[in-house]
Amino acid sequence: MIGAPVITGFLGSFGGAIDFIFSRRNSVQGPELQVGGLEQIWELASTQIAISAVALLLAIVIAMPLGLWLGHRGTGEFLAVAVGNAGRAIPELALIALMVAFIGTGNLNVTIAVTILGIPPILTNAFVGVRQADRGAVDAARGMGMSELEIIRRVELPLAIPTIMGGVRTASVNIIATATIGSLAGVKTLGDLILSPNVYGEEGVIAGAIVVALLALMFELVLAGVQRLLTPRGLVLERAAARATA
Amino acid sequence: MPAAVATLLADVEIRAPGTGPTTCEGRNEGVCPGFIIENIDDYVSPLVEHVALVFGSVLAGFAVAMLLAILSHGRRWLIPPFIGATGVIYTIPSIALFLLLLPITGRGTLTALIALALYNLQIVYRNANAGLANVPAAARDAGAGVGMTLRQLLWRVELPLALPEIIAGLRIATVSTVAIATLAIFAGAGGLGEVLYNEGIQRDVFKTNIVFGSVLAVALAIAFDGLLVVVQRFAAPWQRARAL
Repeated sequence: MIGAPVITGFLGSFGGAIDFIFSRRNSVQGPELQVGGLEQIWELASTQIAISAVALLLAIVIAMPLGLWLGHRGTGEFLAVAVGNAGRAIPELALIALMVAFIGTGNLNVTIAVTILGIPPILTNAFVGVRQADRGAVDAARGMGMSELEIIRRVELPLAIPTIMGGVRTASVNIIATATIGSLAGVKTLGDLILSPNVYGEEGVIAGAIVVALLALMFELVLAGVQRLLTPRGLVLERAAARATA
Repeated sequence: MPAAVATLLADVEIRAPGTGPTTCEGRNEGVCPGFIIENIDDYVSPLVEHVALVFGSVLAGFAVAMLLAILSHGRRWLIPPFIGATGVIYTIPSIALFLLLLPITGRGTLTALIALALYNLQIVYRNANAGLANVPAAARDAGAGVGMTLRQLLWRVELPLALPEIIAGLRIATVSTVAIATLAIFAGAGGLGEVLYNEGIQRDVFKTNIVFGSVLAVALAIAFDGLLVVVQRFAAPWQRARAL
């Protein structure tokens, strides 16, 4: 039922959006303001990458040790699960709006808000990952005379890597999405293109959406690579064996 | 809906912050309960739109994801491509997904429904898949032993036993969708994003609406989640609701 005009319209908008990414043009408001082009896209993207990367690192530094420690002690399940649920239930738009209303705008505030949305999946997954780590391996480590800290660092953490990285990847999606609408809080990220059709036009909006999607996929690929590097060889072999027998 | 839009716009004029520095809303204080009570009617249609968006998209996403799960059940080679495809969609930030659909479906409710439904696929599919895989072999053997066909086995044994995990996935998907649907405003589909953005941030950062919009969104998420817990008790009475 898709007619020819729909298809050409579809290609036309995307074609226009690609053109917007690569070449400058007059803004909707007139020729005195030039928009688009790789230089502007990069300027907006680099701000977003910087905020997202810092926020992701901060979220990992805050949430992972806490999740590992709670998981190791086997306490605080309620906290870990409740934080995870709350993180899903709080809309990113609400968080940004509340921040603008009560705390303020700017790079620092947006980075903090974005970090907050990155914490829940990492905390919950670190907790769950450690709880699911093979108890036999933990007992063996204790029998070898490892201290509790060593057990966390050298046994539970490596075994929990796939689960933890799952949390980090979810956090990365949350963070990039929220950094996008951070442009409502006075930070010029790619969201500026998406949220200001009256300046950039429809094609600018779609160009912004394309670049944001690519950015998220890029973060995902990098994190998948990191996960591959960090996953212990034993776990990879174990899974391959499980697949072969299944 | 032009008449409805017109009344909405008329109300907007009245509720503008700064109408009088002596009122709570005029001074744009944190929360003005008086203002909310006085204008409670204005929150009804965004809330109803929001509920409709969540309900429609979760239902559609759930149907497609279950179809995928049933398709890949017994055809294991389909599982990796399905997980991959739904995973790529899930990786795209929600606001970008809304706008990438604009050239295809235009501004409006349909675009928002499709984007939100696509976003649910990954969670529901993964859980349904895990639920079906975790069905005890003994239950399957017993079914086969009393002469069930593969289809009967699926509908009478495997799906019922997988139900707790399927509904756990549905709960996560629903709660996330309530939150993400606030962004539907940027696809021209209304919802609580209207209270947060159009009537909040864009009305000189009107705090009352930002707070009340956030409260409504979180309350809605909790309400939907509670509803699904009840559904689960009825749908799988032999198993107590497993909280995630």
